Amino acid sequence: MKSIFIILFISPFIIYSQTDSLAISIKNGKSLYEDFCVRCHMPNGKGQEGIIPPLAKSDFLFKHMEESIKALKFGGIDGVITVNGVKYDSRMEKMGLYDDEIADIMNYTLNSWGNKYDERITEKDVSVIKK
Amino acid sequence: MNNIFNLSIFLIILSNFSCAQDLKPLDSEGDNSILIDESNYEMELIFEDENIIWSIEFFEDNSILAAVKSGSLFHYTNGEKIEISGLPEIYLRGQGGLMDIVFHPDFKENNWLYFSYASEDAGEKGGNTTISRAKLINNNLVDLEVLYKASPNTRKGQHFGGRLAFDNENYLYFSVGDRGNRDVYPQDITLDGGKIYRLNDDGSIPSDNPFFNNPNAKKAIYSYGHRNPQGMFKHPITGKIWTNEHGPRGGDEINIIKKGKNYGWPKITYGINYSGTTITKNKSLPDMEQPLYYWLPSIAPSSFEYISSDIYPNWKGSLLAGALVLKYIERIDLENDKVVYRSKIAEDLGRPRDIKQGPDGFVYVSIEGKGIYKILPKE
Repeated sequence: MKSIFIILFISPFIIYSQTDSLAISIKNGKSLYEDFCVRCHMPNGKGQEGIIPPLAKSDFLFKHMEESIKALKFGGIDGVITVNGVKYDSRMEKMGLYDDEIADIMNYTLNSWGNKYDERITEKDVSVIKK
Repeated sequence: MNNIFNLSIFLIILSNFSCAQDLKPLDSEGDNSILIDESNYEMELIFEDENIIWSIEFFEDNSILAAVKSGSLFHYTNGEKIEISGLPEIYLRGQGGLMDIVFHPDFKENNWLYFSYASEDAGEKGGNTTISRAKLINNNLVDLEVLYKASPNTRKGQHFGGRLAFDNENYLYFSVGDRGNRDVYPQDITLDGGKIYRLNDDGSIPSDNPFFNNPNAKKAIYSYGHRNPQGMFKHPITGKIWTNEHGPRGGDEINIIKKGKNYGWPKITYGINYSGTTITKNKSLPDMEQPLYYWLPSIAPSSFEYISSDIYPNWKGSLLAGALVLKYIERIDLENDKVVYRSKIAEDLGRPRDIKQGPDGFVYVSIEGKGIYKILPKE
């Protein structure tokens, strides 16, 4: 009886804490985005067509997630990329972000402005990505 | 690569027409009283560089010392690029990194280079703006001295300020921005951030600094209530320190720095939040300085220089400001400290980071990701 009570009582918290960790990461990512990314990629994630690629509903972001993390970690992507049919060749500076912050910005970006991604990017995911 | 900007009859007509208009910003968005500069000039790329050259400084022989934001220093001379060694560790974070460089007015005798950068310390998370000097001898920095370190460290990536200038009495002025914490720092003289500072050239604090006798104040403060000043020059005629600063949306400012004055941020501003919401209803309050000029729309002024050279027809006495966001150099003419003319130079060349008149009288500009350009007048 007691163990049933524990399972019934505890399990919602376990489930809650998993979704919660994504929610916390997204929340952290929002404030980091507003500090480091917003000036170019804009508050609505739409960038500036032809100059700064969009993150909102970006085909590139979802198709090339590792490339996107590399861009955050090491500063930009070399060469021309095509995002939603438009070519971009701008530089992105290295921002000096920590791996946990890059994970948070990814989670925010992947879940904002109509974007949706169920898995949480973790600090470990970022740390294993090499140049 | 050369970009040639040519005079056109249309622009002359346009400029004559527009001169009749009031050039002061309106209280709503949409002031576009800026012209394409009708002068004939050419932008000559003299050193290509793919990095952000945050600042440039000139040796007596007109060769150039250039500071790269990510933390390196180069001497460009006779077509060669020589790396200068001996920089301290630089904290690269958001807008912070290696920032301004300036030679002591007696550099030829004493070899002192002054520079600003973001630094981290053991223990405290994050970084803040730091001012140091070192002797530049044989392409090496030696005898490094940290003159000022703003505190506390923060992981915020915004508003490091970091511009430097000497005045005629060899006082060193520098800016530290509000570090993304406008409600705490700029109006509190017991804390760093959102200030213009003044030091003696050896880093000691002048005893006639305005808050020197206030026991709780940061005694190096010279003026306060700033957001993020990133353009600064000594006016060659008056000897005063002029700044431009990044404001919020519609609130970029030009100020003449006066001892002990409060420039109002964020209690007064002509700007609004980037999101469009209000920061304050007040554009002026008693005991707070009004800007000499504010930009609407914002240009994101990155640098500031006074042209004293005779080389460019009609440009003597003009101010130049780099527009980071709108990607041009703005030329400004004043009459009795009022802006009467604004025009665009080098439109769409890229993001200008620093603008300086060299000892040869020519104006040099560093453009992010491109390199250093020389502005050549054309007949």
